[in-house]
Amino acid sequence: MNGDRVNQIIDAYGGDRTSTLAMLQDIQREYNYLPREALELIARRLELPPGHVYQMATFFKAFSLSPKGEHICKVCLGTACHVKGGAIILEALEREFKVKSGSTTADGKLSVEGVRCLGACALAPIVVVDDEPHGQMSSDTSIKLVQEVVSGQVAKAPAPAEVKPAVVRAAVDLSAVPPAG
Amino acid sequence: MADLYRADVLISCLHGQSADLAPTFRQEIERRGMAGEVRVVETGCRGFCSVGPVVSIQPDGEFYVNVQPADVPEIVEETLVKGRPVQRLTYKEPTTRKSITKYDDIPFYGKQMRIVFRNTGLIDPQSIDEYIAVGGYEALGKVLTSMTPEEVIEEVKKSGLRGRGGAGFRTGRKWESTRKAKGDVKYVIANGDEGDPGAFMDRSLMEGDPHAVLEGMAIAGFAVGANQGYVYVRDEYPLAVKNLNLAIQQAHEYGLLGEDILGSGFAFDIGIVRGAGAFVCGESSALMQSLEGKVGEPRSKHVHATDRGLWDRPSCLNNVETLANIPVIMLRGAEWFASIGTENSKGTKGFCLVGKIRNPGLIEVPMGMTLKEIIYDIGGGPPRGRKVKAVQTGGPSGGCIPTSRLDLAVDYETLSQAGSMMGSGGMIALDDRTCMVDISRFFLEFLKDESCGKCAPCREGIKRMLEILTAISNGDAKMGDIDTLETLAKTVQAASLCGLGKSAPNPVLSTLQYFRQEYEQHITEKFCPSGVCRSLVAYVVVDDKCKGCGLCIKVCSQESIAGSAKQPHVIDQATCIQCGACFDACRFDAIQVIPRSQVELLPKQEVHA
Repeated sequence: MNGDRVNQIIDAYGGDRTSTLAMLQDIQREYNYLPREALELIARRLELPPGHVYQMATFFKAFSLSPKGEHICKVCLGTACHVKGGAIILEALEREFKVKSGSTTADGKLSVEGVRCLGACALAPIVVVDDEPHGQMSSDTSIKLVQEVVSGQVAKAPAPAEVKPAVVRAAVDLSAVPPAG
Repeated sequence: MADLYRADVLISCLHGQSADLAPTFRQEIERRGMAGEVRVVETGCRGFCSVGPVVSIQPDGEFYVNVQPADVPEIVEETLVKGRPVQRLTYKEPTTRKSITKYDDIPFYGKQMRIVFRNTGLIDPQSIDEYIAVGGYEALGKVLTSMTPEEVIEEVKKSGLRGRGGAGFRTGRKWESTRKAKGDVKYVIANGDEGDPGAFMDRSLMEGDPHAVLEGMAIAGFAVGANQGYVYVRDEYPLAVKNLNLAIQQAHEYGLLGEDILGSGFAFDIGIVRGAGAFVCGESSALMQSLEGKVGEPRSKHVHATDRGLWDRPSCLNNVETLANIPVIMLRGAEWFASIGTENSKGTKGFCLVGKIRNPGLIEVPMGMTLKEIIYDIGGGPPRGRKVKAVQTGGPSGGCIPTSRLDLAVDYETLSQAGSMMGSGGMIALDDRTCMVDISRFFLEFLKDESCGKCAPCREGIKRMLEILTAISNGDAKMGDIDTLETLAKTVQAASLCGLGKSAPNPVLSTLQYFRQEYEQHITEKFCPSGVCRSLVAYVVVDDKCKGCGLCIKVCSQESIAGSAKQPHVIDQATCIQCGACFDACRFDAIQVIPRSQVELLPKQEVHA
């Protein structure tokens, strides 16, 4: 982990405690997980008890405390995907790639996880590989897709356009916000 | 003055595989030397997801479905150069196969009424000019220059608008309480934390028409006396965050947000805060905790947020869909709005019509339309050969309404009386291949994960209910368990702290109300007639129906099916995992679901894999 990068993220929010959540989101996006050192650094810089930062990191689903694989495959398990067999696809992927849902293959190449609704229910069942959504999938097409991505036949999709923290903050009138704590 | 074009190409479905379409169109239009005449616009969602990506050509309105980059040269040549439709790409009515060229003539849209989604799919959401061109910010201008805050509130009250996020609280009353609450600093908050699985109206709205939400917020701010607003958006919706950010920036540049808006002296600003994947943060007090940078746990509500909400200041929280209604109400008047809908539910509601249905998508219908009209006339009914068994509304807080009650008119009260709720607008069609015990189990599994754990009835109650449901679907339950489940459900409903826990038992109670016999069948006969609860079922081939076509062999991921062409096939019960793929694939009804206990009674068959 690069301490400078984490410091940059904290600085982008002016070191403001009310933005702890946004900082954690940016770190998660950067590293695909929250390194312990990053959490400790945030706690030190914002003068928060480490337990407070840990509480946030474990409360919200978007965060992971362990590193993810090179490629991430998410199988949607929302209601529409559930009734159309999302769970069966997840199971097929688990069997094929010998990996439990929520964990990473031994070679660190692939993480497989079931996620709650991705909001594209009309295309159910949905499988998202490296942030690229694929609709109306089946066990077979999903396995084939993941195989292609992992073996490098399909180029990794570019990361989604990042939201610049400065823009978000600029729009918030901080004078209306009482100091934290 | 903006440039004038003779035609617009509108491309929808940014979530489908339409990423390459716009560049391909631009390239082709450039190549044909029409760059100055024809404009390519990437719009938000048109709602008709089953046929996406869709392209429509304005001003004539040719509507093309399932468009791929390879189709682009033909569309340019035929429609844009020669002015005639490409028949191959028009929408075909499923039963008659009749070709429908124009958007307005498609039955999927015919019964809909678009107020909230008036612009999505028709304008470029990243351009404030396009929003203004269709009458955007006119309502804000009217409000700021000719109305008092009290008049605005009175208008909203008269319109009968109610909260679109689920509970249906009267919007005008909420605004009035916030206006009357003591305090100099007040907040307006837009709830875009759409967490219900099976719902994506708010996403489509924020992505496809972000200015409508901002305009509604600014009007709300003026009415309640707030100068600061926040939009709380789900982190899973990056495009919504991007488009809202852009919209805020543009509104600032045009003086429609910030200090002294339109010279009225009214100042209003909006910030975006991203959620981080916690369903409970859709609950008002949890959302405000999360906005304050804390863990999103709800608090008890003896003090209303309208008095003490965000940072203990009066806060008015409305769903983004509610807010998008406001500009239209201000422009067209409360009477017009109140003329749509039923006695106590006015206006329209956006629904995500999904599940086992022919035309899944995002729809908007007047309140009071029957479920039958929605499912059959708009949704096109269930896929070939299946039957609608129930309709699930209201997400994990809602319930299942059986097919016998599909003539129910959709509004807040009738849905609650039927044991479900309006919720944020997920509407999931369930067919005879859906097990009601499994659906209950699915929602409780979700709620177990999402319960914040603060209060015991919700935290422990949901877990225990889930254990019972799991036992029922595994065939380990006994008869008394259903009664225990019911008692538990009623306790959780009565004793939980926030809306999540209070409504968590709804999926269980509503399925028990309408499908109790199915629960009992799981326990007494150890059988799941829908073939979903795997421990209880086996799939077998009916010899005299099987034509030996081999389709099931192809779809079986376990290679458990064997048989030669035109001979009845055989499923190897030892390796079959009961996924049901063969059942769904078979075109001759030759795969049958039987109780697992009957497998041993089957005649021994040789399987040649």
